[in-house]
This record gives sequence, C-alpha cells and structure tokens, in this order.
Amino acid sequence: MATYTLTVNGQSRTVEADPDMPLLWILRDKLGLVGTKYGCGIGACGACTVHLDGAAVRSCSLPVGKLRDEPITTIEGLSADGDHPVQLAWLEHDVPQCGYCQAGQIMSAASLLNGIPNPGDDEIRSGMSGNICRCGTYTRIHAAVKSAAEKLS
Amino acid sequence: MSQQTTSRRSFLKVSAATGGGLLLGFSWLTSCESDKARKARPELVMPEEWVAVNAFLKIGENGVVTIMSPNPEIGQNVKTAMPMIVAEELDVDWNNVIVEQAGLDTDNFERQIAGGSQSIRHGWEPLRKTGATARYLLLQAAAQQLEVDPAELRTERGMIYHDGSDRSLGYGEVASLAATLPLPEEVTLKQNADFSIVGVATKNVDATKIVTGRPLYGLDIQREGMKYAAIVHPPAFGLKLKSVDDSAVRGMPGIQGVYTINAAPEGVELQWSDVNAFPNLVAVVGDDTWQVFQAKTKLALEWEEDSAPESSPMQRERLQELLLEGKAEEARRDGDPEAAFARAATVVDRIYSAPFLPHNTMEPMNFFADVRDDRAELVGPIQTPEFLRKSVSALLDMPEDKVSIMMSRMGGGFGRRLYGNFGVEAALISRAAGVPVKLVYTREDDMTQGTYRPEYLVRYRAALDEDGKLIGFHVRGTGAGESPVFANRFPAGTVDNYLAENLTQESNVSTGAWRAPRSNFIAGAEQSFLDEVAEAAGKDPIDFRLELFARAASDPVGENNDYDAERYAGVLELVRDKSGWSTGDDARGVAAYYCHNSYVAQVVEASLVDGEPRVTEVHCAVDCGIVVNPEGAHNQVEGGIIDGVGHALYGAVTFTDGKPDQQNFDNYRLIRHIEAPRAIHTHFVENDIAPTGLGEPSLPPVIGGLANAIYRLTGERVYDQPFAKPRELRG
Repeated sequence: MATYTLTVNGQSRTVEADPDMPLLWILRDKLGLVGTKYGCGIGACGACTVHLDGAAVRSCSLPVGKLRDEPITTIEGLSADGDHPVQLAWLEHDVPQCGYCQAGQIMSAASLLNGIPNPGDDEIRSGMSGNICRCGTYTRIHAAVKSAAEKLS
Repeated sequence: MSQQTTSRRSFLKVSAATGGGLLLGFSWLTSCESDKARKARPELVMPEEWVAVNAFLKIGENGVVTIMSPNPEIGQNVKTAMPMIVAEELDVDWNNVIVEQAGLDTDNFERQIAGGSQSIRHGWEPLRKTGATARYLLLQAAAQQLEVDPAELRTERGMIYHDGSDRSLGYGEVASLAATLPLPEEVTLKQNADFSIVGVATKNVDATKIVTGRPLYGLDIQREGMKYAAIVHPPAFGLKLKSVDDSAVRGMPGIQGVYTINAAPEGVELQWSDVNAFPNLVAVVGDDTWQVFQAKTKLALEWEEDSAPESSPMQRERLQELLLEGKAEEARRDGDPEAAFARAATVVDRIYSAPFLPHNTMEPMNFFADVRDDRAELVGPIQTPEFLRKSVSALLDMPEDKVSIMMSRMGGGFGRRLYGNFGVEAALISRAAGVPVKLVYTREDDMTQGTYRPEYLVRYRAALDEDGKLIGFHVRGTGAGESPVFANRFPAGTVDNYLAENLTQESNVSTGAWRAPRSNFIAGAEQSFLDEVAEAAGKDPIDFRLELFARAASDPVGENNDYDAERYAGVLELVRDKSGWSTGDDARGVAAYYCHNSYVAQVVEASLVDGEPRVTEVHCAVDCGIVVNPEGAHNQVEGGIIDGVGHALYGAVTFTDGKPDQQNFDNYRLIRHIEAPRAIHTHFVENDIAPTGLGEPSLPPVIGGLANAIYRLTGERVYDQPFAKPRELRG
C-alpha cells in the first residue's frame, strides 16, 4: 500500500492503495465517483473512459502507481452543471436506453472533439468505436456527436 | 416503498380495487415543514409536505406531482412511459412531474416484471385507471371545498376550474382532502383524441442523471459499513466444487474472509427464475472490488465432474442427429402435409442454425444485500423482484414480508436479469459474512455463467405446385433445452397442409430467455426460408407474403392462428411504400415478423466492407397499437435492429470440454459504432388499438432481412449464424 495524491475534477484527493489498483476502482470504491463504469476490466469496452490530462484513457487498465500528476477528469467533472456541449447533445437526441455505457461514450466524444473539432462521419465512427453500447444507440450517439461538433465550432 | 417512513409519521391503509385488480394505498402526513421552493427542470423538488393520493402518486401542495414507476427499468424506457400514462389521465403538466422508481410492493402493484415486452401492454389500463381515479378524488375534494357540484368542475394541467364562479384550485390545495374520500365504483377514461401526454415525444426521465454520471445502477450502490464480494464458479459446465484452499487469500490485506455458499440446498423450493448451473460457489469478501477480484484468482480450488462436459462440435452433431432422426412432438397438423410433399412440383428444404449467446449486459451481474437475523434488505438490478424475494425468503428461511427488494436502474437486461441468482448469492454471502455486501461479477464471471440463449437448429420444407403455389409447409425445430418453433404463428393458417414439430435436447449448459426468446432465432430462419421459397415460386418476396396474408385473412386454415393477417400485411405494405421497394436496388432484403403482440416489417440494405457484410440502412414499419412515447419507441426499435444485426453477424459462445471459449470482449465480438447502420427509418402505424410490446419485436425480423440482403449482395444464402465469416464470403 502507498499513498497517492491525485487531482480529480480539479480537486486534490489523497488515497491509500496498492500501486497495481486500477484508477477505475480508486475512483469508484475509494473516491465514490461511480459515474465511471466497469464493463470489462481489459480496456475493450470503453465504459470506464476518463480524461487524463485531457486525453481519453481506459481507467480500468491504468494502475494508480503509473500515474504522475496528470489532472484526471471524470463524467462528474466534465462540466460544472452538466452543460458540456456533448452532454447537452446527448439530452437533445435522447440517446440513452439503459444508459450504462453513456458516461464512457460522452467522455470519448468530448475527447474526440478536443482533437478533431469538426469530425466527418467516418472520423466519428472510428473515433467512437472503442466504446460498446449493448443497447445499440449508435445512430443516436452519432447524431449527438455531430450536433455537439456543430455547437462547438 | 419510498414515501412511507415511520420517522415521518405517515400511515397507510389499503382500500378496495377500482379495476384491473389494482389496489390503491392511501396515506398522508400529519405535519411537516413546508418548502415551497421549486427549481426549474430538471431539478424539480417535492415540498417537504405532500400527500400520497395513492401508491402511485404523491402531490405536493405546490402542485408538483411524484409518480411512482412500478416496473423494473432495463433500458426499455418504461420509467418514462408508465408514469406518462398515469399523468395523462390525472391531467397534470408533465413538466411538474417527478418520477420515482417503486420498490417491490405486491400489496400495491401488479406484475412488477420487466419481461416479454409486457409492461406497457399490461400496465395500460390499470395505469390509466389509477390516474383517472386520483383525478376523480381531486375533483370531489374540490367540489366540497368550493361547495359546488363536481359536474361543474373541469381539470387542466394540474388545476381545477369552476368556470361558473371563475374560481380555481391547484391539485396540491385539495390533495389532503382527496386522500380521505371514498374510492369511486368506476371512473371515466379520456378519449384517445384528447390525449396530450400519451403520443408526445418525451425525453427519458433519467437522462440528466445518466449524462452527468450520478449513481443510478446496482453497481453504484455504496453504504456505510458495506463490504465488497466476488464469486468463483466452476470454469466449465459439468464441473462442481470439490475443495477450497484459501490459505493464500486469508492473510491478504483488506480481505475479510472466504465463504462457500449453496444456492440450491436440498429441501428448499426453487422458483422458475432460479436457473443456475453453478449453485455451489466460493465467495471472497473484502474492502473494495479490486481487492476481491485479485483475491479470487489466488484461491486454490479443485473441481470434479458432475456431468459430462460438452464441446461445441459434439453439441452441434447431437442436435443435427436429433433434428434429422429424432422422434418429434407434433405441435400442429393441418390437412395432409405428407401427400402435399409427395405431389409437389418443387420442394425447398433448408436447415438453419444459431449458437448459444450470452446476454452481456454492459453492467455485469451484481447485487447489494444486507441480511440481519430478522430481516433482509436487497437492492440491485433485477427484472423479476417478486421471484427473487421468494427465493431469498426460502433460502434464508425468513418470511417474505421481512425481505425487501429495491430495483436499481439496470445497465441492460435482455432477459438475463429475469434469473436472479446473483441476488440470491449476495444474500447468502451477506448472511455468511455477517456484513452488508455488494456482490460484483467480473465480465468473465458474467460471460461464463450460462443462462445463455440456447443453441438452435430448425429444418424448413416447402412444397410448391406447378404454378408456384405453396401447397405444403413443414417446420421441425430443436434446441438446447427448448425447441424454437411457434406452431401457430405465420405461415400457419396460410397453407392447407402444414406440420410443426418440436424436439428438445438436454444440455448441461444452462439456458434462459434472451431478448425475444425463440423469436430471436426462428424469425430470421423463417424469413430467410420464405425468401428462398418466393424465389423458387418466381415471385417478389413481398408479393409472395401478401398473397399468403390475403389467404389467411379471407379463408384461414385452422383456428389457432396466432396473428392478425391484416395488421401483418399492413406493416409489410407500409415498409414497401416507405422504402420504395419496387425501385430498390439489389442489396436489399425484406422480412416481417409478429411477436410480443406487435407487428414489424423491415427492408434491410447491406454492403460488403473488407469482405464482411454490414447493414447500411434499415426501413422499418411497426404496428404496436398506440405509441405511448414516440421518442422512446423510436429508440427501442433502433436499438433492437442494431442488437439483432450485431448478434446475427458476430455473436457466438462456443465450448471446449464445457469451458466457454469466449470470456471477455477481447474475443467475444459485439457490434460497434463503425459497424452499425448509418440510418434507420421507423414508421409507426397509427391506430387506436391499446399498446402492445416494443422492447423486443424489432429484433427478430432484422436477422431475416439481413440474411436476405446478404444473398442479394453476394449471391449466396447464409444459413448459420453468426453470418460474418469473411473468408467464406470472399470465396
């Protein structure tokens, strides 16, 4: 066990943890930030996507001991009032069915739009294909990412 | 139940049913501080003082109404749609409505199940009567208060008006009085033409919480003093636990203990929902999820054979042998099918197959349980809370009224959470460990636990005469644990000589309902086969089906035909028109199917990408009666189509010596964004028929439409799911 000080959603948080413990479980079980979801534990489904220094990462496969002092953003901290353009676009298109994967989808979309402000359809398709939606809301996700891109540009 | 807490000095009395067997529970609060502040959407808040008009409704004096959603929410969006129905008849402003999930409460609610696409169909009338009854009581109370005849009053969006004296009252001002009045013998329901909430596209009531990551799901539950639990089940079907050596785990930091549990002890009555290939489990309890996941890998466990382990090639051979040579149960016979086949000019004879499928809800199985000596509290994702309570009550030897169950929003259901073994396990672990626990399955635990969609095989034969007329039809199906055949569905009733046969193969791989059970296979097989029969008859596939429906409508064969031929034909005609079928290109397939009381027809367009088929566009026509929430309805149809396409193209779990070969998403393929259709155009038939199912019906036919599109694309028929086999298609 070791002590780690992380910057999560702009706040400094100190946790005691084994260095191999993935960030996902630090966030969920130690910090109570349960918006980041567990889906596969091997970085294959994207449900656990958070931003590390602004870039989308799979928190289930990121040991806390490997972190330096990069700022971490989770779905809870993507915006102060739930009004990030991607979140608003998700509401506008009423994207969720079960909703479980959507936090990861939104974090991936926000990161995609950071890198490519005005992505084409194929860029959205490949950029969002690391995130599985078992309910099959992909057509709505696609439309929401396009809407958010329009509002951001 | 959320509103009745002893600390708030409420009391409850249960009154007589008003209709649909629905009981209305009345309660009210004696005194509390009032808080009239109310924020704009989405943060509506109930004031501290409110009146529970019945078990479904709480009305605050500021007019904010809380409507309980009785049924489990698995993504089918009943948490929005069911309260909409109550709100419609209550006549309130939807913007003043807060929706709360009800817990299991068999005194006040009926059929709290998410299954069979039946929540709205069964809830429609009772929910309307509930809203109408509450509105009636509010009107009576207002009449007393205003000292006028109730007939002189009208309601509009949460207000009661007496036009004669130009006076008005809000529902909140008369709710306390309303809750003391006797129930009416009967209530008047709105005319469909007067609906102002039902039929209006309405956003998911949990959407804001979902997109901001607030706790909603079973996996999100955290309680003071709660420990985390993980289980280990046998690695293969046919194995059972022999011995446990937990010495490597006992000293691990943060690990409280290791326990063996038995979810099926002798002498305990099990429910239908207690499907479980692995009732004997080892559980690890500790301080966080990751620690217990780590610890379970360090257990030294021995397994022994309980029944012979099966491998996929052997399972398929066994099914084929049964299909071709087994003695079948005759499910339906019309005319003389043998004679029809003997005199046929053409016989089309094909076999279709599909593999076992895991449900793979994105939220793995989990449950919270806090079992004490005299009571048990369970919270988590369950489609059948009433049956989970029976199971837990029996296993803990605790009366049912001491076991409470609260349903969390579910990260997918698809049928998997009809079978609450994980809830039972959480309760047994909590009792064994003496602490509240949240049990969490790893993805691997989840994918290898069983309760799969069965492997199926079906043989279809069609007899055509010289003119291409269908004179005989024979369907003979088998599968692991069940046959996929619905004997009385189309094309039964359209052909004079018809035979349907069932054969069942036992397997130690456990199976269960998977979104649109049986239909999820048989629709695709049947609709592919009919496409081939239409081709053999030299007819357009839509015209061929319409001719059969015309026969079933005018002169049906037999009496138990399980469909309405005119509604069936209606969706097919609608999709033909909307898709521009007659001018459509060659890479399109058509299919139509009826299940869960609803009719769906689809035109599916496919293309090849790197030799693999992909669905590019789908036109879909649906007749599910009245559409309660068009927004949610479109979403369900789109999701069902993508789900069906994905599983038909990629889904399969196979076995080597009983062990599932696929255990996580690195080698189990689910459809991804890049593989999803670019566009889905859904058209609902407009009618005044009471609403029917929508969570499942769009999935089954798309598999047939896809198979038919692949044929037009490649010139080759596909008979065996999963269809995406790049090399074969390239060849």
